[in-house]
Amino acid sequence: MRNLLRSHPTEARLLVVLVALCAGLGIGSDQFLTLGNAASLLNNSSVNLIWAVGLLVVLIAGGIDISFAVAASVVQYLCVYAFAGLGGGNWLIGFLVAGALGAGLGFVNAGLIHGFRVISIVITIATFNAYFGLLMFFTSGRFLYDLPGWWSRRIIIVEHQSADGRWAELTLPVAVMLVCVIATWALINRTSTGRQLYAFGDNPEGARRAGVKVATMQFIAFGWCGMMAGIGGLMQVNITREVVPNALIGRELDVLAAVVLGGARLGGGRGSVLGCVLGVMLVAITQNGLNLLGVSPYAFKMIVGATILIAISTASLRFGRAPVRGHGTARKGH
Amino acid sequence: MTAAEPAADPAERTATESPALRLAHVSKLFGGVRALDDVAFALGRGEVHCLAGENGCGKSTLIKIVTGVHAPEPGAEIEIFGQPVTSVTPTLARGLGIAVIWQDLALFPEMTVAENIAFDTLVGGRPRGVNYRAMRGLAAGVLDRLGVGLDLDARLNTLPIADRQIVAIARALAGDARLIFMDEPTASLTQSETDSLLAIVRALSARGVAIVFVSHRLAEVLEIASRVTVLRDGRLVGVYPTAGMTQSRLTELMTGRQFSHAVRARDLAAERAVLVLDGLARRGEFEGIGLTIRAGEIVGLTGLIGSGRTELAHAVFGLTRPDAGTIRLDGRALELRSNRDAVAAGIAYVPEDRLALGLIQPQSIADNIVLSVLPGITGGAGLISEPARAGVVGHWLRELAIRIGRPSDPVSTLSGGNQQRVVLAKWLATKPRLLILDSPTVGVDVGAREGIFAIIRDLAAQGLAILLISDEVPEVYFNADRVLHMAGGRLVGEYDPRQITLAELEERIYA
Amino acid sequence: MRAMITAITRRFGPEVPALVGFLAVVVAIFGLAAPRFLSLANFDSMAFQLPELGLLTLAMLVPIISGGLNLAIIYTANIAGLTLAWVLLQFGGAEAGPGAFVLGVAAALLVGAAAGAVMGLVIAHIGAHPILVSLAMMIFLRGLGEFLTRGGDISGFPSYLAPIGHGSVLGLPVPMLIFLVAALVWHVMLTRTRHGFAVYMIGSNIRAAAYSGLHTRRTLTLIYTLSGVLCAVAGILMLTRFNSVRVGHGEALLLITVLACFLGGVDPFGGFGRVLPVVLALVILQVLSSGLNLLGANQHLSTAVWGLFLIGVMILRWVAGKVGQGRKRKDL
Repeated sequence: MRNLLRSHPTEARLLVVLVALCAGLGIGSDQFLTLGNAASLLNNSSVNLIWAVGLLVVLIAGGIDISFAVAASVVQYLCVYAFAGLGGGNWLIGFLVAGALGAGLGFVNAGLIHGFRVISIVITIATFNAYFGLLMFFTSGRFLYDLPGWWSRRIIIVEHQSADGRWAELTLPVAVMLVCVIATWALINRTSTGRQLYAFGDNPEGARRAGVKVATMQFIAFGWCGMMAGIGGLMQVNITREVVPNALIGRELDVLAAVVLGGARLGGGRGSVLGCVLGVMLVAITQNGLNLLGVSPYAFKMIVGATILIAISTASLRFGRAPVRGHGTARKGH
Repeated sequence: MTAAEPAADPAERTATESPALRLAHVSKLFGGVRALDDVAFALGRGEVHCLAGENGCGKSTLIKIVTGVHAPEPGAEIEIFGQPVTSVTPTLARGLGIAVIWQDLALFPEMTVAENIAFDTLVGGRPRGVNYRAMRGLAAGVLDRLGVGLDLDARLNTLPIADRQIVAIARALAGDARLIFMDEPTASLTQSETDSLLAIVRALSARGVAIVFVSHRLAEVLEIASRVTVLRDGRLVGVYPTAGMTQSRLTELMTGRQFSHAVRARDLAAERAVLVLDGLARRGEFEGIGLTIRAGEIVGLTGLIGSGRTELAHAVFGLTRPDAGTIRLDGRALELRSNRDAVAAGIAYVPEDRLALGLIQPQSIADNIVLSVLPGITGGAGLISEPARAGVVGHWLRELAIRIGRPSDPVSTLSGGNQQRVVLAKWLATKPRLLILDSPTVGVDVGAREGIFAIIRDLAAQGLAILLISDEVPEVYFNADRVLHMAGGRLVGEYDPRQITLAELEERIYA
Repeated sequence: MRAMITAITRRFGPEVPALVGFLAVVVAIFGLAAPRFLSLANFDSMAFQLPELGLLTLAMLVPIISGGLNLAIIYTANIAGLTLAWVLLQFGGAEAGPGAFVLGVAAALLVGAAAGAVMGLVIAHIGAHPILVSLAMMIFLRGLGEFLTRGGDISGFPSYLAPIGHGSVLGLPVPMLIFLVAALVWHVMLTRTRHGFAVYMIGSNIRAAAYSGLHTRRTLTLIYTLSGVLCAVAGILMLTRFNSVRVGHGEALLLITVLACFLGGVDPFGGFGRVLPVVLALVILQVLSSGLNLLGANQHLSTAVWGLFLIGVMILRWVAGKVGQGRKRKDL
């Protein structure tokens, strides 16, 4: 714990807040600390977590991606047609197609950002509008329910019946989420590429002088984020059993808030998978707890927003301001 | 003087017989500006060679070309350890045994000391797993060789600047480099740290490592290097042995001009006291500071990095609040809640870090000048008056002889010397009573420094009280009326330049 | 001609001639493709549609110039609209008198200012990143609004409000007048006042600005407070135009405002940006959307075209930069 506190102060404090929150909710509601509730929390947070770790990689590399949630919707629609074209498809094809399509949309961002030397927020806001507008235009906002059976079938990975007869079930999205989280952790902490991503986000000019290839970094970061967006989109359909073109728009900002809450720095170079998971779970558990305490669902978001605002404002949870923008290493070139 | 003077010197013989690096016909254009023009450069194995010249002479560009950060214009010849190289990349340069300590360090503030030192093992080749243990081992080994103890797991941004400099040096030594470029490696080191760095340089040289040393501290250069290559305005001036070379001769070669040095101290004890500090203290920074600066007096304040001089300046300028003691200006006790109070009271402060704190680089020269006097040029309706603004800008551009294209150009387009004049203009426009200058010549060319000091002396002659902070002892010795020595947060000595020689003063301060 | 362009560039920013050129091309294309495009009715309808996005974009502009972002603009506008609606309902809804309206407008402006001030204070004093702070405020205000309205509409306002949203004065639509006044005030504020001066300096380098004696915290607080006030104006206008208030109304405009700023040449790193080019960018966006609409496309295609247009402009700027560099090289 002491090590964690020193090397990852934001994560450590977040963990303390989370434990306190759980303890409080455990006392306030007898349903909170049950296996069933924990399982449903995980089931419901899995898609956000998949997206969050994808976005984390972009943030670490010093970028930002506004377009990923809309990209996930685009992937969902393209998947429906791709699976139909591939004779129905199966899970293997599903992951390959969704991951590849997502990564492809990420590469579009990376190509524009690197090729024309434009900051990522400008490009991803442009692609956000382009992807969403085109999707709504071509689909005319149509919902799709006629999906391959394997895709919309609920798959239970682990189940457990507790003493009172209730079932606690973990579904496929949770397993996929775990794989994505671990893969992202391995990428950014255990590979040379991942460390280069950190270095590139931290000091782009220094990284360039050390021989880090800037284009490669952009393509890996945005490609990874896009791939996670695609896989998250695939899982979202598995949960909701429908494809709705405007179901995911707006989620990008909620996920961004959670990831930044988890200690990832806007501006690059800082952020961890642990903090990212804690940030997402803090928001999810707050909502879940409010629900169990019988608070009106309309009040959830208000309280979540207030929680984040208070968290930012408490001196003990201090998030460093990104270095002054428009100065020094933020700009590319000599 | 433009051609290389013959130097029958053993170092030159090594350079031709077993060269570490040989460059010829190297040119570089940046958007039309000729940063390097047909430059040649060579050094031999084991040689310590100094690259000298004013800022903007092309030193850094030369280093960036050799290390593959910039590509030279076509026609350049580059030979590294006898091997002709057509296009250099950072990875290739490292593979050939080249390492650099960059002036701006080029480190990664969010990463640990160990990762910074061993970072180059992560770059190039195929993506692979990270062996943290090996990285730590490598880092520990290098730091051991340097004889310094640093926490390997500390994040770099938690370390003081001097320690970061050591990390940068360690990083350059971590690979088995055979040719090391050191761009201002001692800029933020204390004397003892500098001494140990110079000892390391000698040891490396003895093992056959070639070192290109760039420093504006000419005494250091002459002490460590065997030969010196001088560049001016992107062109080669010549290659000279350091044996028999003097600092003033080298300055002449670098600037193309001659300078005279004379002690200019005056006795101003009869003048009215402008600033009086009494028992000023701030926990962990400085304590028991008492000093007086009189009207028209230039008081030099020197001391090593970490002696508390900049912290003291911050407190007098209202950026931090002292725990004890009083600040009096013109006999009035000041209670400074912020630097805005200090400005209003008549205190101006030129910070050491001109790039990041002194000026707003991307904004215009005009805006940087009027920044501090906005209320004065605002009309009745709360709108800034264009004529008043142009008047202030025009006045100070003339007064300080700032040579610029247009006042609307970004201030970043100016040379270091002219930038420093803009900083001065900004503060002089507030009509201050006390001017604090913190290392005003850092990053300013040798030639332009004299111009800055001429302005400072002129201001003093008009009755302004000036506190001149600098770690360059000669700078305060030749320009101040009195020299104060600060160490460990206390004032430990006061000297009259007329009663002590420069050598004696340096001896006392570095002892 | 060249001298005129130089004069315009110096006065209003280097983006203006290019944006005017873009506008001319777009207008010419739609004028040829859609006969009804160059009609008075079409211009009138554009002039009614643009102000809503325009006011919100101005509210986004100053935070971006200061190096930040205000992602809470839409919901600040919604909450302000809600405040006005609540005051009107307290005084009898459709029967509420003009006094109630004035009171409601004052309350709405106050609420908008308060929302902005809270963000400004947190950003200025805690030093948290504006994206995070405004995002949290956005989530909070959205939740608050949904909590208060239970996700429904509020309507039934006095009929004398209609002219504000739909009327014209001297041939100019009232919303357009409101927008033009706001744009003029913003232009003067940014170019001629001490606050505006400080906004640019803070946007480029906040620490150096503080060292030079600028009151950076007060400036930051004021930036977001004024942004909130302008959001409130937009919220009031939205109420009068639709004769109803719904939380989430205008949600899709959030990132369009950022897009319009970037299109108008505002530096995403902060420190640079002007009102006139941004207004021109807004006009181009409106022309694109109205023109496409006349050709039978829906709003979604316009959204896509807006996004693609921004990408195109960024590519053109890059090309222009390359060409400019090449030319300089040849000069020597």
